[in-house]
Amino acid sequence: MSTRTLISPAQLARPRGRLLYWVVFGLVVALFTVVFLGPMYWMVSSGFKDTQEVVQTPPALVPESFRPENYSDAWNVMDLAGLLANTLFYAFGALAFQLVFDVAAAYSLSKLRPVLGKAVLGLMLATLMIPATVLVVPQYLTVLDVPVFERNLLNTPWAIWLPSVTNAFNIFLLKRFFDSIPRELLDAASMDGASPMRTLWSVVLPISRPILGVVSIFAIVGVWKDFLWPMLTLPDPARQTLNVGIYSLSNGVPMNVLIAALTMASLPTLIIFLVFQRNIMSGLTAGGLKG
Amino acid sequence: MSAPSLTPSKTARPRPPQPPADGPPRRGGSFGRSLRRNLTAHGFLIGAVLCFAFFSWYPMVREFFLAFQKTDQGEVSWVGMDNLSTVFNDPAFWQAWRNTLLYTVLALVLGFAVPFVVAIVINELRHGKGYLRLLVYLPVMLPPVASVLLFKYLYDPGYGMLNEVFGFFGLPEQQWLQDPDLSLLSVVIASTWMNMGGAALIYLAALQGIPGELYEAAELDGAGLLRKIWHVTIPQTRLVLSLMLLMQIISTMQVFVEPFLLTGGAGPEGSTTTVVYLIYQYAFNFNDYGAAAALGLLLLVLLAGFSAAYVKLSRTGDE
Repeated sequence: MSTRTLISPAQLARPRGRLLYWVVFGLVVALFTVVFLGPMYWMVSSGFKDTQEVVQTPPALVPESFRPENYSDAWNVMDLAGLLANTLFYAFGALAFQLVFDVAAAYSLSKLRPVLGKAVLGLMLATLMIPATVLVVPQYLTVLDVPVFERNLLNTPWAIWLPSVTNAFNIFLLKRFFDSIPRELLDAASMDGASPMRTLWSVVLPISRPILGVVSIFAIVGVWKDFLWPMLTLPDPARQTLNVGIYSLSNGVPMNVLIAALTMASLPTLIIFLVFQRNIMSGLTAGGLKG
Repeated sequence: MSAPSLTPSKTARPRPPQPPADGPPRRGGSFGRSLRRNLTAHGFLIGAVLCFAFFSWYPMVREFFLAFQKTDQGEVSWVGMDNLSTVFNDPAFWQAWRNTLLYTVLALVLGFAVPFVVAIVINELRHGKGYLRLLVYLPVMLPPVASVLLFKYLYDPGYGMLNEVFGFFGLPEQQWLQDPDLSLLSVVIASTWMNMGGAALIYLAALQGIPGELYEAAELDGAGLLRKIWHVTIPQTRLVLSLMLLMQIISTMQVFVEPFLLTGGAGPEGSTTTVVYLIYQYAFNFNDYGAAAALGLLLLVLLAGFSAAYVKLSRTGDE
């Protein structure tokens, strides 16, 4: 390898070092596989067991029964299709709102620099200092009766979408990226008579694809993984998210069907992860620290 | 920096609002232009600002009011310190704080040390890094309900896999989530599994930034593996480590979902009742928003110190 780490290459090159390395390597790979993949294997395989085998002692490592109907049962009994559709609706709606409002705000704060822009940014970042769980109660009361508009957003997608825009971290990430775009590029555009909107659309956004990708993935995964907020604001079973829906039905279905449902609920985010692995990991390490 | 004074050549292009003339009218023109520029800029901001105003800033202010108010049949009245004294006199109060602190300590021992060690190990290996990184981060992508209910299944004292593994190694079987002495630890283990991937990857990135010469120099001084870690690795990653430490304290002090889903929140003999679960109970089981807000305020004050330290540290890291 090119980079030098803790253990020197010379040490590894010796026969004893090499042997030790491969032993450690084998152990680490085995241990990590068991610890991280093991529970997931357990989830997928138990989803195929029949009602008795799933709760038998000792548990069967390899399922002897094979009951793929668990998956279709879960799909039908728990109305996973409906829950999935709800979750997708909320997730992509939140993504759209965040992309429009947060990108516009970050662009304005970074490049248009209005009067009081710094103060607004400061107030936005200040929300990161308030523990999110503490705000849940007053936020919930706000959703029950939005001031000025006097609307109750309970059981409407707005209860997910609008609060999702208040993602100061996303605004911060976007603004920092926009800050790095050279001024001359934007000046050139405005000299050619482009309006700020046009500049954003045809100059800034095309350059910003990487950061937009990161922000989008986090926006979707955020809604997908959220539990407390959708549980409070979407109590109607017909409008619940996958997480909340499965949780509230978890006591009423047989174990094997429940586990099959968990497997199916996990698939979308796992697939997103496997496809966008690189973006997610780079976004995590690039922006993960400076919240 | 802001408002670059526009030169006449630039002003001519975009639909000149005023004829570019000399003298006083020009001042008026630049004022109008700056007004228009500001309006545009605020136009871009307005959507996010409104969302923040309604769903973040207003609730923040409201949290403070709620803590000193009582709502009865829609009638709001100021009650001063009543809510705080309700909270303080709740027998669950001290237990919740004790559990939360214990949870935080356990989560630091496991959730802080384990990902760092994992990152060091992955960084040392010359093969399979991509695979290991993928494995560690995989659980982070699972919906929490899936991982938590999966762990509930693994922890089950009757048919759970974990006791089976314990039996295999000749260890006594445990009641895990049903045992008041073990329930909190069980929750921490599950939550570490679920959440450590992010920290591990951040450490890994930090480790890769350590210049190799430092290790070479340490070796010349005769330093062994542990001393290299102590004198090179840890000092070199100190900023990242302290930021993650603070972040972890802030987030584990707010733990809710894991105990809520694993043990129903309170757990056996209240052994997993956390502060946020208590807030949840006040607000959504007892409809006592005042008490919920008062307890929330206490948590906020306690965490504000950590948040401030975090912000200060991350500023220095930005320079």
